[in-house]
Amino acid sequence: MMMRFALLFAVLVLMPVAGFAGGGETVKPPHHHWHFSGVNGTYDKAALQRGYKVYREVCASCHSMKQLSFRNLTDLGYDESQVKAIVGEYTVMDGPNDEGEMFERPARPSDQFPSPFENDKAAAYANGGALPPDLSLIIKARHHGPDYVHALLTGYKDAPHDAHLLEGQHWNKYMPGHVIAMAPPLSDGQVAYEDGSPDTVDQYASDVVQFLTWAGDPYMETRKRTGMKVIIFLLVFAGVMYGVKRKIWSDVH
Amino acid sequence: MGSGERVEFDNKVVNWIDERLPLFTLMQKEYGVFPTPRNFNYFWNFGAIAMFMLIAMIATGIFLAMNYTPHVDMAFDSVERIDRDVNWGWMLRDIHMNGGSFFFIAVYIHIFRGMYYGSYKKPRELLWILGVVIFLLMMATAFMGYVLPWGQMSYWGATVITNLFSAIPFVGDSIVTLLWGGFSIDNPTLNRFFALHYLMPFVILAVVFLHVWALHICGSNNPSGIEPKGKQDTLPFHPYYTMKDTFGLLVFLVIFCVFVFYAPDYLGHPDNYKEANALVTPAHIVPEWYFLPFYAILRAITFDIGIPFTEITIISAKLGGVISMFGSIGLLLILPWLDTHPIRSARYRPKYKFFLLVFLAVFCMLGYVGSQSADAVFFGLPMTLIGILCTTYYYGFFLVIIPWLNNTEKGKDLPKSIHDAVLKTEREKA
Amino acid sequence: MAAGSKSIDHDDEGETRRDFLFLTAGSFGAVGAGVVAWPFVSSMNPAADTLALSTTEVPLDKIPKGQSITVMWQGKPVFVRHRTDKEIEEARAVNQAELSDKQDDSERIKENKDEWLVVVGICTHLGCVPVGQKTSQSKGEYGGWFCPCHGSHYDTSGRIRKGPAPKNLAVPPYEFLSDTLIKIG
Repeated sequence: MMMRFALLFAVLVLMPVAGFAGGGETVKPPHHHWHFSGVNGTYDKAALQRGYKVYREVCASCHSMKQLSFRNLTDLGYDESQVKAIVGEYTVMDGPNDEGEMFERPARPSDQFPSPFENDKAAAYANGGALPPDLSLIIKARHHGPDYVHALLTGYKDAPHDAHLLEGQHWNKYMPGHVIAMAPPLSDGQVAYEDGSPDTVDQYASDVVQFLTWAGDPYMETRKRTGMKVIIFLLVFAGVMYGVKRKIWSDVH
Repeated sequence: MGSGERVEFDNKVVNWIDERLPLFTLMQKEYGVFPTPRNFNYFWNFGAIAMFMLIAMIATGIFLAMNYTPHVDMAFDSVERIDRDVNWGWMLRDIHMNGGSFFFIAVYIHIFRGMYYGSYKKPRELLWILGVVIFLLMMATAFMGYVLPWGQMSYWGATVITNLFSAIPFVGDSIVTLLWGGFSIDNPTLNRFFALHYLMPFVILAVVFLHVWALHICGSNNPSGIEPKGKQDTLPFHPYYTMKDTFGLLVFLVIFCVFVFYAPDYLGHPDNYKEANALVTPAHIVPEWYFLPFYAILRAITFDIGIPFTEITIISAKLGGVISMFGSIGLLLILPWLDTHPIRSARYRPKYKFFLLVFLAVFCMLGYVGSQSADAVFFGLPMTLIGILCTTYYYGFFLVIIPWLNNTEKGKDLPKSIHDAVLKTEREKA
Repeated sequence: MAAGSKSIDHDDEGETRRDFLFLTAGSFGAVGAGVVAWPFVSSMNPAADTLALSTTEVPLDKIPKGQSITVMWQGKPVFVRHRTDKEIEEARAVNQAELSDKQDDSERIKENKDEWLVVVGICTHLGCVPVGQKTSQSKGEYGGWFCPCHGSHYDTSGRIRKGPAPKNLAVPPYEFLSDTLIKIG
């Protein structure tokens, strides 16, 4: 009976796995083992800090991250004074003041990451009609998120002869349909790392993926730790209950 | 209720309350000494598990609602705020999100249990029908709940499903406008879906109460499908089944927690982490997994039904799909009158058992078909063909196979009593 | 409930072990239920974004002597008053014995910043906002604020002088970032 139930359960659970199809031709991104993968996986804080540097110096010129605030940066291992130093580089629009005017003021840790464009329309207009998506949840919003984004960032190739690319379009192996409006964003040596990590596109991509994964799922470490406690508690409790159940049923069988 | 003899309790306070409002007598009679067949297997845990999941959904839902904003401009961000800023908000949301799926898992197993052991047969027809009503209410609740995060799948799922009603002749479009409160899914729609999503679980709770009441009038069915004939066939509900249910529930919760804490988004769709956009339809719209079999039946009807050799269409493909989808659930409602075979349990009906297991496989296959895009191919066969074949079997099982078995299946000899059945299986084991 | 367990209590040797098992199971259930309640209760406390917004900066250079402004801090009105010399003197001259909530004016301001009084603009009685911020409004019998709900009078140091309010207007935590800028919170 338990076997049959397990089988049924497996069928029910596995059903949605099969349900995946994207627009246009998709290539499954190569699988990486990430620092955050697995039951005990944690964020590599040095990689998060490097990834944030890549985001700040490269991605942030087009992509917003509206769900994040500067105060969240303490998660990356920065202390409060380091966060203040980062915040000090930004100003934000605030207001209206008593005269009804908007004004610029120095950013505070409680402020959201500033967006590069005033609104989505302005962002799309400045990018030839293609809206650069907000990156706060980009990893969660894609199938095989971390692998996909890494593959996309490193997947720019010369277009095959039969591909028809319009002005401002690029060929990427892993983009569904292969046509992407974003120009190759990373090049070797583009961001200067201070900790001696290699200044390569692959390293940049992998660091920024780890940063973006954190951005979409900042509570992952707490979640896994809590889960471990809860599941161990439930397993022991279930064991005790099994004993209780057997004791009670012992005179029936 | 309230009639009949009271139980005397040792505790004076309990007794004082019970003399005035016999709550404790009720508990004692219905959950304490309530005579329950002694031969339940673990399939009988899922009613209690489903009940637990309903309570868990209501509890987490109420606290999530305290932090959720049902407005098109703020809904998506307010859900993100729950995940990021609200204390333990991520956990409440992960429990609620996956709790929906696990509630359905428990209920699907519960329904299948009912079909396998003939629990819908006389005198439990109304009990079964109330169960189907709960299932329908759950589907409505889950559908509206999925709209609330205001992601792309929320928006487009809502668009597609509400548009089903436009298939109704003459009044369809007016009904859709009424559901939307406008001319597309928009803020009024989100607001009313939130209001109803908050209300419906309490309606479900009320119907569950009726479901349990009806159960306690006629008593539980059991794996042998024969009624208890005396004391030797039953056990008091407590402690035998309270403890067994608790154990089963804990095992279920372990699996549930693996999803909540280690794969919270596994059962969801990535597109729902993109904010709703009325201008961009996702490449492939899929409902939540628990709707997939019915979604496949909806899509299976791709042809108009008309009078042969004329151009006259009676039922358009769209209406046909809608009818066949709702009809597939409607069949469950009349199942007690389709299956009039005197033997309840599939244990003693090998033919019924065979066709039922095929039905289960077909139902899962329909789920797979529902998850695939319409132009997909399965082992060289077009997915639409598999969809229509499975739908045909689904209907055939209820409307042809079951009535046919009523007259032709003789079945195995039934044991004299539950007690005999238990002794027999134990002898076989030994 | 007793009926069920009595019927199965027949072997005495197993009884201790059984009792121990039942007790363990019961405690697991109780502890589990208790621990599960915590996240629910805790979710009602201020969220991280709410806590992060707990400071407000106020420039002082545009407040003339004798006038006050109202700013929002943590969703509450905060009164910032630029006191005149006369008001400061009145605040200092009060006989402590007359006060129901005894506090010297110097405890309610920052050192050498006598002219600035910063108080939470919420009456300590039942939470109304006292009047007296605008020059056109009554400042009560003691020249500070007057709460129209139940008639509490506050003086030029924000101390309760007359009426049902039990305590002085609260002084929020704040600091001078410069001579013309304070940070509340």
